[in-house]
Amino acid sequence: MINRQLSERWMHHFFLVVATASITVLLMITLFLFMEGLPIFKTVSVQDFIFGKYWYPTSDPPDFGIFPLILGSVFVTLISAAISIPLGVMTAVYLAEIASARLRELVKPVVELLAALPSVVIGFFGMVLVAPILQDIFNIATGLNLFNASLMLAFMSIPTICSISEDAIYSVPTSLKEASLALGATQLETIVRVVLPASISGISTAVILGMSRAIGETMVVLMVAGGAAMIPSSIFDPVRPLPASIAAEMAEAPFRGDHYYALFATGIVLFLFTFAFNLVADHIAHKYRQVGEGTL
Amino acid sequence: MDVTPDNRAEEIEEYRPVDSRQRTSVRRMLSGAAARRRRRVAIQRAVFFLFRSAAGINGLALAVIVFFMAANGWRAVTWTFLTQPPTDSMTKGGILPCIVGTICLSLGAILVAFPIGVASAIYLNEYARPGRILRIIRLGINNLAGVPSVVFGLFGLAFFVIYLKFGVSLLAGVLTLGAMSLPVIIGSAEEALKAVPDTYREASLGLGATKLQTILRVVLPAAMPGILTGGILGISRAAGETAPIMFTAAVFFTPNLPRSIFNEIMALPYHIYVLATAGTEIEKTRPLQYGTSLVLIALVLGMNLIAIVYRSHLRRRMG
Repeated sequence: MINRQLSERWMHHFFLVVATASITVLLMITLFLFMEGLPIFKTVSVQDFIFGKYWYPTSDPPDFGIFPLILGSVFVTLISAAISIPLGVMTAVYLAEIASARLRELVKPVVELLAALPSVVIGFFGMVLVAPILQDIFNIATGLNLFNASLMLAFMSIPTICSISEDAIYSVPTSLKEASLALGATQLETIVRVVLPASISGISTAVILGMSRAIGETMVVLMVAGGAAMIPSSIFDPVRPLPASIAAEMAEAPFRGDHYYALFATGIVLFLFTFAFNLVADHIAHKYRQVGEGTL
Repeated sequence: MDVTPDNRAEEIEEYRPVDSRQRTSVRRMLSGAAARRRRRVAIQRAVFFLFRSAAGINGLALAVIVFFMAANGWRAVTWTFLTQPPTDSMTKGGILPCIVGTICLSLGAILVAFPIGVASAIYLNEYARPGRILRIIRLGINNLAGVPSVVFGLFGLAFFVIYLKFGVSLLAGVLTLGAMSLPVIIGSAEEALKAVPDTYREASLGLGATKLQTILRVVLPAAMPGILTGGILGISRAAGETAPIMFTAAVFFTPNLPRSIFNEIMALPYHIYVLATAGTEIEKTRPLQYGTSLVLIALVLGMNLIAIVYRSHLRRRMG
């Protein structure tokens, strides 16, 4: 009996240790990023690295300023959010509140399959079909630009936004909706004034995680954004977001040279961006957790 | 004014339509309300149409992408294409090494992530009590899920390829993808464990089984179909990833199929990227690019469809 209790306790510890694997991996990622990235700051100051306007890592002397890359990432993320947030949240409302059970069974897998499409395929699609079309319609030099990348990224973040929002909307207590309907509100008024306010924390989390996905997405911006490391002046300018720069240059960067370190440092910046997004999302999800009628 | 039964009666008295002129005004009021109601319903119909269109756009996007690749790629996908290596500096021939490489990578990644992920989920759902430890572990999982794929690539390069001296190899790619799939596996396994009714656990414990016995013989078997569905989704996710394997496992071209875990490999997603952006004959190899995309889509969406159908079958059985 004592033996059995002892082994039970061992098993508890065993599972606990395994469960910390995720944190271990996260810590290792942080450790190795910093180990390989920090040496660049012997050559360039942190300020010049982040706010430097020129990224010419291979010229002599090289310029390691990632400000244009950061702006590229920020613009791509914001414009894609402007497309994906309305579409994602509206789809979520449709699924949770409007669609009949049968249509729901049909549309939900569609959103899941959209999420499952490999990013390289979406990037390829943007290159061969969307880019020429944009070029023709807007009469611009290249279809591989900020707008095209944002459009492709939007369809990668819609599933994230949609599925998390849908969970939040779905878990709004029925009694709230019934109360609103009983007061004579239409279904739409109920959705806008009762359901959405009640699930706003979940929807915010969804939006932040969707944007975090967009800023970290690599293949699409690598293939579709155009790749010019300059500060864009219109939405049809080519840009070079952070992940694209890392993915495109790592292969040719001399091992443990300044360029190599600079790319790892770019990785640190990208990592911190998504880390911040996730912490905010986590904070909102915990602080404004919707539990039931009592908390609203 | 306080409403007492007395003055309420007065009020009602006041509003009672006494002559025909007042009667029409009440009627007008009512018809005004009806008109407003009609307008509200009309607005609702218009807005619901927008919602429906938003949902429709997703379906349209998926259909356009899949149809576009299928229409352009089906001619390229022949038996030779699937069973031969590339020839003539990748401008002809097939994609066999890429298919084999992708299968090895994604299966390997799941072999790594599945046991760790399921054990983590067991801890989270069966052992953990709410508190600081649980909060930290959850934070770790959520943040790991949010790490960009290219950062996983950097990590794999720095840790597996360089620090552990695995070189650019199948093993380094498998471990990188495994780390990346971990949150997916944990999430779906946890959901599956949650769906097992507590009465199962209580019945087992009531019969004198230990907690471990209960988990291994009652909870896990009941949750296994759901957990496996998550595993399938994890494989398909790993199969489609490009950025994590760019620096860790995949190369432009290798004529050999992988013979050991220390070989470098070719992979479908990386092959598409290379042919579409870095080749010297980008236009000439378009059919190969479409064909490879179609094969990758078929592989990934096929696994997802299996998982989705299987899951809805499970739900129906349980519900």
